[in-house]
Amino acid sequence: MADQLSMDMVVLILAAAAATFLTRIGGYVLITRMKSIPPRMEQALNAVPAAVLTTLVAPAFFNGGWDFKIAMLAALVVGIRYPGLLLLGAGWAAAMICRHLLGF
Amino acid sequence: MNRSEFNQGLRGGLIIALSSAPFAVLFGAVASDNGLSVVEAGLMSATVYAGASQLVGIELFGHHVAPWLIVLSVFAVNFRHILYSAALTRFITHFTPLQKFLTFFVLTDPQFAEAVKRGESGQGVTFPWYIGFGAAIYFPWLFFSVVGAFFGRMMGDPRALAIDVLLPVYFLGLVIGFRRKPGFYPVVVASALGSVLGYHFVGSPWHVSIGAAVGVVVAAFLPLSTEPAPMTAAAETES
Repeated sequence: MADQLSMDMVVLILAAAAATFLTRIGGYVLITRMKSIPPRMEQALNAVPAAVLTTLVAPAFFNGGWDFKIAMLAALVVGIRYPGLLLLGAGWAAAMICRHLLGF
Repeated sequence: MNRSEFNQGLRGGLIIALSSAPFAVLFGAVASDNGLSVVEAGLMSATVYAGASQLVGIELFGHHVAPWLIVLSVFAVNFRHILYSAALTRFITHFTPLQKFLTFFVLTDPQFAEAVKRGESGQGVTFPWYIGFGAAIYFPWLFFSVVGAFFGRMMGDPRALAIDVLLPVYFLGLVIGFRRKPGFYPVVVASALGSVLGYHFVGSPWHVSIGAAVGVVVAAFLPLSTEPAPMTAAAETES
């Protein structure tokens, strides 16, 4: 099945791509019609990245097993002091230890 | 000037490309696991080019969810880009329409964070810098997706290799990078609560948009901070 293109799949992928592009240009279209940004709205916009990324983290932590929780806590402790790739390594190592040595 | 701006962008983007390569491989592997061909996985990375939503889309496809619901879920996960492009607009008003089109096409989380950081530092966002940064992420993303799709079936159990924890850990690192911003803790607590409750009562993938909306609303009602809020952070965690 490798190297094949199914028409249904291509349509689905292109629809997903169009939906994504819509979100990427949508804010520009809105903001150029509004001229200026009120300060409260700007403060809200500033919070967007942290707010969205938190929604990808919190459910993974609370719904995940102990392996997830320990991996993420290890990553948190390391990540406060060291750059991103070390944090990734710490989380990965903690998960491997949990699964292969501790049997979570 | 333009040339050095472009190279500067390339260098910055390559750091991101390096740290996102495992996720591109992961996407490719999961995609082929769920029945996509190598070409289809590549096409998705080339046209959607939004990691988390690609993984969500593949996951739902594997569960035989209705196509319109998959597209809607991808839209929900990517909804944040509406706010990114709104916030980015003031820095790129001097771009031509074609440059703007390309700018928004490659607008990802790290791209946004770095562009805004540059804009706010007074360096200015030039098109050569922006597109250099974007190209340095886009092509490796595409390349490693295809590599992942090729080797997807040979790679062992992703759970045994702890591949599945990398994605939330990676997002956690991005969140930590924002911790010095004004309003960080109330926003993060609100978004965490909103997303966890949304996950339980409404379901995935809506918890993403619900949690984000709660956090953003809380930010809007916090006392106005006197200094301009630095929007930097996301990419700092990866350097």
